[in-house]
Formats: sequence, structure tokens, C-alpha cells
Amino acid sequence: MLSIHDLHVRVAEAEIIKGLTLDLPAGEVHAIMGPNGAGKSTLAYALAGRPGYEVTSGSATYDGEDLLAMTPDQRSAKGVFLSFQYPLELPGVPGLTFLRTALNAQRKARGEDEIAAPAFLKLAREKAAALKIEFDMLRRPLNVGFSGGEKKRMEIFQMSLFSPRLLILDETDSGLDIDALRVVADGVNAARAPDRAMLVITHYQRLLDYIRPDRVHVLAAGRIAASGGPDLAHELEREGYDKYSKVPA
Amino acid sequence: MAAVKQTVDQVEALEAYKHGFVTTLDQEFAPKGLNADTVRFISAKKDEPDWMLQWRLEAFERWLALEEPHWAKIHHAPIDYQDSYYYAAPKTKAGPMSLDDVDPEVLATYAKLGIPLREQEVLAGVQGAPKYAVDAVFDSVSVVTTFKAELAKVGVIFCSMSEAIREHGDLVRQYLGSVVPVSDNYFACLNSAVFSDGSFVYVPPGVRCPMELSTYFRINAAESGQFERTLIIADKGAYVSYLEGCTAPMRDENQLHAAVVELIALDDAEIKYSTVQNWYPGDAQGKGGIYNFVTKRGDCRGDRSKVSWTQVETGSAITWKYPSCILRGDGSSGEFYSIAVTNNRQQADTGTKMIHLGRDTRSRIISKGISAGGSSNTYRGLVSAHPKAANARNFTQCDSLLIGKSCAAHTVPYIEARNATARLEHEATTTRLSEEQLFYVMQRGLSQEDAVALLVNGFVREVLQELPMEFAVEAQKLVAISLEGSVG
Repeated sequence: MLSIHDLHVRVAEAEIIKGLTLDLPAGEVHAIMGPNGAGKSTLAYALAGRPGYEVTSGSATYDGEDLLAMTPDQRSAKGVFLSFQYPLELPGVPGLTFLRTALNAQRKARGEDEIAAPAFLKLAREKAAALKIEFDMLRRPLNVGFSGGEKKRMEIFQMSLFSPRLLILDETDSGLDIDALRVVADGVNAARAPDRAMLVITHYQRLLDYIRPDRVHVLAAGRIAASGGPDLAHELEREGYDKYSKVPA
Repeated sequence: MAAVKQTVDQVEALEAYKHGFVTTLDQEFAPKGLNADTVRFISAKKDEPDWMLQWRLEAFERWLALEEPHWAKIHHAPIDYQDSYYYAAPKTKAGPMSLDDVDPEVLATYAKLGIPLREQEVLAGVQGAPKYAVDAVFDSVSVVTTFKAELAKVGVIFCSMSEAIREHGDLVRQYLGSVVPVSDNYFACLNSAVFSDGSFVYVPPGVRCPMELSTYFRINAAESGQFERTLIIADKGAYVSYLEGCTAPMRDENQLHAAVVELIALDDAEIKYSTVQNWYPGDAQGKGGIYNFVTKRGDCRGDRSKVSWTQVETGSAITWKYPSCILRGDGSSGEFYSIAVTNNRQQADTGTKMIHLGRDTRSRIISKGISAGGSSNTYRGLVSAHPKAANARNFTQCDSLLIGKSCAAHTVPYIEARNATARLEHEATTTRLSEEQLFYVMQRGLSQEDAVALLVNGFVREVLQELPMEFAVEAQKLVAISLEGSVG
């Protein structure tokens, strides 16, 4: 579903991703682990098309299309969803208004009919209940004054509402207590499907106890330094990232 | 207001400014330039009584002695007051007209703008939709006023200023210039001499005006200015909500618009005045556009009276405008809600004055300024509590939003407390629309333009909520259109 080949990404004159190759088939969950500064968030942003994250060479193909040629909103309409490490606050924009506007923008771009208000509210109620989100919270401006955990839960809520096909979770576990982590992980696990793929970016192995990956990749110094099965995560937890940080740049 | 009607979309879309078309028709002008004869010409055209002519001539004499003010944070080439027409009107017979007498080209213009001038057009909408009475002012004259008969049944007078001077002379004489004196300022004085048309509203004691009243101002003629005059009186215990909209063709020259609006609220009366100002702002290089020098003032003359201003300012090359409240009556209150958007080379210097004279007077100011492109946006305000204004209360909030790197926002609040029991609060913020926020919203599927519109609408939501609903929808669209192309 997603095929990245020899990707190089530059941010403000510094090359952060230095020749990354990765294959993520549909139906699979891959974890990207690595030390701070390895380029994990840069990879997530580059895949979602954030301005300022300049791809200098290499390719990323999504469902046979050139992902890198699309604008961020086009990627979104095609089913790419990034759960932000630090979700943004939108003052004055009620959550429900934002989500319905966004969902309809995606649908319109795909040539589908807009979702009517009653149908949307029904869908939102269902998904919010599953994630133990108070419905009234959705009437408030998105993320404004929310705790770190609430913001992360809102990200997963958005994800479940949009039914994306390629899910990129950037440090979704950071800032979550154990109960919130469980709720979020349940939400992510519920989203697993044969036609979906997930890239779970995390610093700690903890999240992977709840979201079991098919493959684990170690990202160090802008490259995939090692790949393996779920056991690799445990090994990293025991031994740390030291041996990978020594990879020459 | 039915300006939201999609008829607007049919207007030839010229760049982002959708109202920039010109209507070709037979028009009558005063000789170019300004002197006492111009004043006499206008007065004669309107078949005015002698007292009105004398009033105008006195204003003109005073204007000659005044100097153009330069304290605002705006810059423009000198205005040549002789190089303009002070009266332009579609050629028609004199006197009040029915719709059938109005030039079809003029009617077509309003249709293009989405303003319904036939009463049945308003009624043909959704059942239960609010009714709007419209006074349509085309260059220097009011061409038609709708729903007059229905309003007259409850005693509400709604007509053009010219008609009011002829038909309701006593009321006009009593109140005209009583809030904004003839020589209040340079532009108000000029207006007093050459004002052409505008609306007159009188709501009798205890009457709640049964529908929204509105005026739609259109500048059409080239090289002409528009000098409208509006006077609204809410007698004891009366209520009226009034809306004003404005557009003009796209022209390379700068055209002057110097209006005066006076509101008078007697005991327990309330006047709500909303403006959506969309005069042609000039092109991206700053060529052309309307110079908008406007004096608007409400007098809370009676106890417990209330005046509320809501303005959405998106147009004009220059905006110089400070809708104010004189809180004279005990327990009276004033409100000012403003959204001012500037893009490209636009300059806005706008705000309000809240003059607390009576006891227990309250005022509230919420101002949202948005600057984009290479524009300059200034909030200038005065809150003043006089010695007799015991327990005066004011709350002011001024927020500025910057889009891009070349625009400017300024906040100039003046606060005078001459009474120890007065409590005046001022809050201000300045933020930049962040690249990260935009990306976040785009990641969820919105295009860049829609993402900007969404974030900006969030920023101005508090003020939009103060507008009558249909106007709010129009204003929301207008704000988005004004900022098109401001990012990226």
C-alpha cells in the first residue's frame, strides 16, 4: 500500500531523513522506533506533506500513486491520516463544525455526496461513545484547554470518524496515562482492517504491548537501521538505541 | 438579508471582488466641483424647504474654514475636492416613485447584487424567513423603499432622507445634527453641506419594529462621491434593528464616500445597527478603491436606552470610521462589535468611542482586526468616564490576527477615567495565523483557502454571533473572499 524508496528529506537546510526505504503492505501494522532526533516525526510530516519538509530525492508510492506530488488535503482525501504528536488548538472553531467541514471536504474531493447533519451527528455520537468522549466536549472549540490526553483521544476520534486507509500515529502514547492509553489502543485496534495499513511511531515499547505490530523498524540517523518482528521492540526496551546511534551518518 | 441569495454568484466574477460591475444608464450630474452653487443645486434637485438649504449653506461655510485631519494611521495622495461630482442620479421624474417607475437597469443592478426590491420576492422565500424592508440608494438618490405601507400600519416611518425632509420636516429639524453637529469634523461637515440621500427611520413610543430595516448603498457613477445621511430615532421604549450594505464598481480612481449616521435612543429604547461594508478595496497594487470617511454616532439620550453597533469592514482602500456611543441617559448602555479585514494595500483605522456621561452606564467593545498582504489595520478607541458617570463600566477586548509577513496591526486605546467609581477593563492580543495550524487543518482535508477561512471564522466568531443570522452568513463568506490568496 505504501512503498517508500531511498527517501531524503530536508528541514531548514539540514538533511534529516537520509535514504529511507520501507514497504508497508495493506492490512499490516508497522512500528517505527528510534531515539530522539532520529527523524521519526520528520518522516510522518513528510508523508503528510507538511510545508517546509522538503523531499530532495527518493519516492513514496501510495496505492500506486505518487504520494509526494499531492497537496496535504489531497493526501487526506485519499485516506492518509496523521495523528499529531502535539495536536493543534483551533480557537473559536467548535469540534463538530470542524469535523463535519473536514469530512465533507474529503468526501467532495472523492466525488462523494456530503454527509447530512443528522447522519453526521449519529456517527459522531457512536464514535465518541466508543472512545469515552463526552459529547459536549465536541461542541467546544477543538482542543482548546484540553489536557494532553484529551487531545490524543480527539485525534483517535477524528481518525475513527474519517475511516482513513493509511494511518500514521506520531507518538500517540506520549502524555497518556495507562487508562487513556488503553482506550486509545482499543480505538486503534478496532481500526485494523485488511485494506488498511498503519505506521505507529513511538519512542517506547509500552504502546506496542497494546497495539501489536507485524513488523518493527528501528529508525536511526535518518535511515532504517534494523527491521524485525515484534520481539525487536522488546530487545530495544532492554538494550536501548545505543548500538544504532553509532551508525555512521 | 437576501444578499446571500445566490444571485450574487451570477455577477460577473472579476477577481475576488464580485460587485465590481458598472451599470450603464442615463444619469444626471451636478456640475463638477464644489462651491455654494453645488450645494444649491443639490438642495433644489431634492425640492428642499429653505431651512434645509440654509442649514447646508452654513455647513459649507464652516467646511471652508476646516482642515482635513491627518491624525489617523492612513496615507493617501491629497484629495482634490474640486475634481469630483457631488450629485449623480439616474434620470427619472421627480417625486416618490413606485417600482414601475424605476429604471429597469437600476432594478437589474440590485437583482445582480441579490437585493430584493419587490416585496413579493422577499415573501417568496422560505416560510417563516424574516422579512427585510429595503431602502435602495443608488449614487445620490434613494430609488425605492419597500414595505413602507406595512410599516406605516404600526406607525414606523421608513423612507429616504429626501422624502423625510419634505414629508416629516419637524422630526428631521428636531434631530438632524443633534448627535453629530454640523462642524463635528471635516468629513461630517462636508457631508452636512452636500449630503445626497440616505435613510430616515422613526419608531414611535413602545413599538417594536416588526421587521429588519436595511439600506443598500451603491456607488455607480465614475468620478463621483457618495455622501449619504442616515437618521434613526427610537422613541421611548421602541426597538429597531437596522442593516446597511454597500458596494461599488471597480475603478482605477479613488472615490470618496463620506457618510454621517445619527442614532437617537430615548428612554428604554434600543437601536441595533449592523453594517457589512464591502466597498471596492482597490486592486492588489493599491490602485483605485473607495476612501471611506464616515462619522457614525449613537446618542443614548434616554435613561436605560441602548445602542449597539456591529460592523464587518472588508472593503474600501481606506477606512476611517469610529461608530460611537454617547451614554447620556442613566443606566444606558453601548456596544461595539467589529470585524475589520484588510488585505493587499488596504488601510483601516477604525474603532469606537464610548462616552460615559450618565450614572450606571455600561459599554462593551469587542474588536477583531485581521491584516493580510501588505495592509495596515489600526484599532483606535476611546473610553471616557465623566465625573458624573458614577459606576460606569466598560469592557474592551481588541484582538489582532496577522496573516503573512508584510502586514501591520496597531492598537491605540485611549482611556479617561474622571470618576473614581468607574471600572474600565482593556484586554488585547495579537496572534499570527500559524503555519502549523494551517497544516493541521489541511491534513484533515481542507484546501488552503478553506483552512484560512475556517481559522479566521473561528477568530471572529464572537462578533459574527452578534449579526442577524442571514447577514452573518454573508459576512462569513465575505471575510473568506477578502482573504483569498493571502497565504502561500
